[in-house]
Amino acid sequence: MKMLYEKMLLCRRFEEKAAVAYGTGKIGGFCHLYIGQEAVAAGALCMLRKTDYAIAAYREHAHAILKGIDPKYVMAELYGKVTGSSRGKGGSMHIFDMDCRFLGGHGIVGGQIPIAAGAGFSIKYRKTDDVVVCFFGEGAIHQGVFHESMNLAALWHLPVIFICENNRYGMGTSLERASSIYDLSKKALAYEMERGVVDGMDAVNVWERVSEAVDYARHTKKPTLLEARTYRFRGHSMSDPATYRTKDELNEMKSRDPISLQKELLVAQKLVDEAWFEEVDKKVKAEMEVVMRFAEESPDPDLAELHDHVLVEPEEQSQREGAKSDG
Amino acid sequence: MCWWSQKNSRNGKERSLMAELSYREALNRAMAEELARDPDVFLMGEEVGLYQGAYKVSKGLLEKFGEGRIIDTPITEAGFVGVGIGAAMCGLRPIIELMTWNFSFVAFDQIVNNAAKLRYMSGGKLKIPIVFRGPQGAAHQLAAQHSQTVDALYSHFPGLVVVAPATPRDAYGLLKSAIRDDNPVIFLESEVLYNAKGPVEDNEFLLPIGKGEIKREGTDVTVVAWNKMLYVALTAAERLSQQGISAEVIDPRTLRPLDDELIFNSVRKTNHCVIVEESWPQNSAGAEISDRVHRQCFDYLDAPVARVNSQDVPMPYAKYLEHAVMPEVSQVIDAVKLVLYIED
Repeated sequence: MKMLYEKMLLCRRFEEKAAVAYGTGKIGGFCHLYIGQEAVAAGALCMLRKTDYAIAAYREHAHAILKGIDPKYVMAELYGKVTGSSRGKGGSMHIFDMDCRFLGGHGIVGGQIPIAAGAGFSIKYRKTDDVVVCFFGEGAIHQGVFHESMNLAALWHLPVIFICENNRYGMGTSLERASSIYDLSKKALAYEMERGVVDGMDAVNVWERVSEAVDYARHTKKPTLLEARTYRFRGHSMSDPATYRTKDELNEMKSRDPISLQKELLVAQKLVDEAWFEEVDKKVKAEMEVVMRFAEESPDPDLAELHDHVLVEPEEQSQREGAKSDG
Repeated sequence: MCWWSQKNSRNGKERSLMAELSYREALNRAMAEELARDPDVFLMGEEVGLYQGAYKVSKGLLEKFGEGRIIDTPITEAGFVGVGIGAAMCGLRPIIELMTWNFSFVAFDQIVNNAAKLRYMSGGKLKIPIVFRGPQGAAHQLAAQHSQTVDALYSHFPGLVVVAPATPRDAYGLLKSAIRDDNPVIFLESEVLYNAKGPVEDNEFLLPIGKGEIKREGTDVTVVAWNKMLYVALTAAERLSQQGISAEVIDPRTLRPLDDELIFNSVRKTNHCVIVEESWPQNSAGAEISDRVHRQCFDYLDAPVARVNSQDVPMPYAKYLEHAVMPEVSQVIDAVKLVLYIED
């Protein structure tokens, strides 16, 4: 419980710093902030093993950090520095780390969902009991690959937990204007898949329900579709003032800020005292100082790297041994 | 004497060094050997298992390797192409069969935005060792949606390797290399080549990706052709030789990365170049090769490069019209005479 608060606070402070850096031109491109949705990533990732996989779309800073990537490598990537998680070649939307089994960081809406099914396939193929947690927004649910992946996961019994982060807006288009149904978890019915709806502002609720789905996937290899009802407090990306929604709506949702809710819970259950919150605050602040200094002080990528990493070069190939070439 | 002709000269008592295999059998043998060699290799696609492959390329593999490794999919190209990419990210080595490359367009996002980009976008952290294979181009009266070549399309993208073998031997050796390659490989076959027969050594071998081959030596003109157009070029070269014209036929075999030096060296020798391809003329692989030859061999060329392509229309159904669209031997002969300034 305490851990959930700390994790959410870290993500929140990280993105507040990113927003400032974006404002001063140190971060470019698209920068999609997750502020307001932290309970989903924190609740869904905290019980995973290191060997479990996670994959997300382009609003993925929090998922990357909470799957285990050091925030300084994520921030350096946002800065386009060579020390970034993708050596400055991916940016905000393309964070990866195979040691943490974080599969990205994907910029095409829904494009990562079949990859999640593929990771699930690899788990089944190797007969381990790992699982895959796949995040996508409610905007992705209307893409063909979502349905193709759901069918394959249900048909082949792939251990994937599909988490639809329903923040009510696909860019500027509200759910009501994009979907013929309101209860998105019902999509699972068409594939006879387990499903559920969770309060995406309540990290404990997310954690409990995702834990069940993870256990189910480990033991049966079967997938689950969970809809997490959440809200983003910022625009779609940094350039979006979000005029398509009312101030009242935003304020109402802000009154259910996941971090404040978690704080209230911890206080109500007398798990911590005020000094603990101050201590966590200080700790996160200190960590962010290290993160920002690392990103600021790291060098840009060398121009000589421009053509690297397009393909695996012959000398880096893994299976060249015994390759008898007779031209 | 060709060394493979020895096999017929010993009353068949000794073990032959080379068997005649069809292009289909050569692909099948390559996959069977690689599946046996590496447990991380699997084959996935529509009708690859129980049905034995829409074109029987995977015949017998289900029986040999079981349904855990020969995996039939529903009709869901974007889905299973993406599953293959995800599995490759996690270290497996998928062979994804596309029933035809025409169907790859519904999986285009997965191939172009994921397979081709993930290594670069991850700063080299990821490898995508995957082969996408299947037939491309016209077969027999399949009309516009089933008769397209995709070699120009996929060779446009950095991050992909594009292989287009013409002979059974090349198909065998290159498919094995493609499966062992750590990169996403677009492997272009041809429906009308599946029955083409040719010699393939009995012993296992690999052919290097990115290396072309001189298929017929000559001195007067370089003819570049790949996939099924190689046969059109070779037939044209044979007829030209009867008229005293010596054509050198080069098959690049891989379109990305392209073996330009092999082509340039030939053109520097013959001073004339004709490119034959099944694709439409605009922005094609042949257009790229022509550009490179013009730029790199300008001082050696005695005439501008000539190109022979399909007619610039979607493929019509009627037999007579389809025939009119496809590049023909006579067009290759005319193009060679054009660059050699020979008037009939």
